[in-house]
Amino acid sequence: MAEAFTAEHPDANVVFNFAGSSELVTQIIQGAPADVFVSADDLNMTKLTDAGDNAGDPVAVAKNSFAIIVEKGNPQGIVGLGDLANPDLIVVLCADTVPCGKGATKILENAAVMVTPASFEDKVKGVVTKVTAGEADAGIVFVTDVKAAGDDAEGVEIPADVNVISNYPIVVTKESPNPVAGQVFIDFVASDAGQAILATYGFLAP
Amino acid sequence: MSRRHRRGGRVSLPIPVLALAIVAVVFFALPLVGLLWRAPWSSSWSYLTDDDSLTALRLSMVCSLWATALSIVFGVPLAWLLARVDFPGRAVVRALCTLSMVLPPVVGGVALFFALGRRGIVGQYLDRWFDLRLPFTTAGVVVAQTFVAMPFLVITVEASLRQLDLRFDDASRTLGASRWYTFRRVTLPAIRPALAAGAVLAWARALGEFGATITFAGNFPGTTQTMPLAVYLALETNPEQAIILALLLIAVSFAVLVGLRDRWFRRPDHPIAMPSP
Repeated sequence: MAEAFTAEHPDANVVFNFAGSSELVTQIIQGAPADVFVSADDLNMTKLTDAGDNAGDPVAVAKNSFAIIVEKGNPQGIVGLGDLANPDLIVVLCADTVPCGKGATKILENAAVMVTPASFEDKVKGVVTKVTAGEADAGIVFVTDVKAAGDDAEGVEIPADVNVISNYPIVVTKESPNPVAGQVFIDFVASDAGQAILATYGFLAP
Repeated sequence: MSRRHRRGGRVSLPIPVLALAIVAVVFFALPLVGLLWRAPWSSSWSYLTDDDSLTALRLSMVCSLWATALSIVFGVPLAWLLARVDFPGRAVVRALCTLSMVLPPVVGGVALFFALGRRGIVGQYLDRWFDLRLPFTTAGVVVAQTFVAMPFLVITVEASLRQLDLRFDDASRTLGASRWYTFRRVTLPAIRPALAAGAVLAWARALGEFGATITFAGNFPGTTQTMPLAVYLALETNPEQAIILALLLIAVSFAVLVGLRDRWFRRPDHPIAMPSP
């Protein structure tokens, strides 16, 4: 995304800070110098707007849904959410303080599946790491995280009727050092070119 | 005698040194003042008596003390080996054993997976032969904490052993004491202040451990969720609770550090002194 953007705007320099949405909101509210904030859910964007640290209204730029992440080759033969209830499986989930955890809780509720996880990870990458390292058998993460794990992991689909769709709102921050460039970046992400890039990572159109 | 005398007396520091020292004190005190300033005192009691907080605190205490004990049991012999035995590759071994001090803890946690996880070099056999799994267990927390904390003890004790006059050991040996007796009755008492300092450093590091713990052992209340993990997670939903928990952790550490200071850091009552040749 940064590459495509700087190709169009050679004078711009894009620096990403990837972290859990709630962590990023805290950082921005505490004065971290960010121009643009993208949240993996509406709730964390609301935290920012409630604090009045946004300039303008957030717009949705992408959607994401969830999948079960399993080890490469799916050695446990996991086919659906029901399998996660198996007490012999080591399942890790995100803590319900972060978007992926809230999604996972809702999905398991929708599917009426009781899971006793081995761990509540503080961020989605923690779940991915534990599954790709072979320490956990399965986890619930965003579809894009399964895709990002590449060959180290596989995804098992979660049916649409129980799945949760997460919105990705984006906004320029109030204390932005470069608000104009920030808005140009947001427009680029929302453009056809930006959307095409997001689609290659598994994101859905807003 | 003169050393003890000087310690209590008035010392006049050069002004620039004093000024810099005061800046350092403020630098450390200010963040604490910030926490105290932001703390929601009215609701603090309900956070403190919350079952989850107490569970996390208890787990933190148990795990950090275990980590300290393991650090002493294995760290003192390691420090002794590094200080006293001249063997080829000693510098490499020393660097290896203190690597976890410079390694980002999260990386340390991942490395522990590859060593002790159920697919790890050794871990796969622990799993297969003994049905023993460290990730996601309290034992895993202790392992992660020991991994990052032990070097602090090793370095402190090794430095002290190096400064120790070898003639004490020689004297003990020529008087017919065994190696073990000499180690126990001559060497150990002489390094007691360093051992105490190292143990406190290791304990403090274990108590505050976050990255290696959450990576290797995960985060589950009552099993692997120590105080720093609880604080971090609370920060995302309930910053007020996080501040109170952080202050509780600080208060406990502070009490221990201050309490130990006078008791342990004093020089031995019968300092072994030998006139310089």
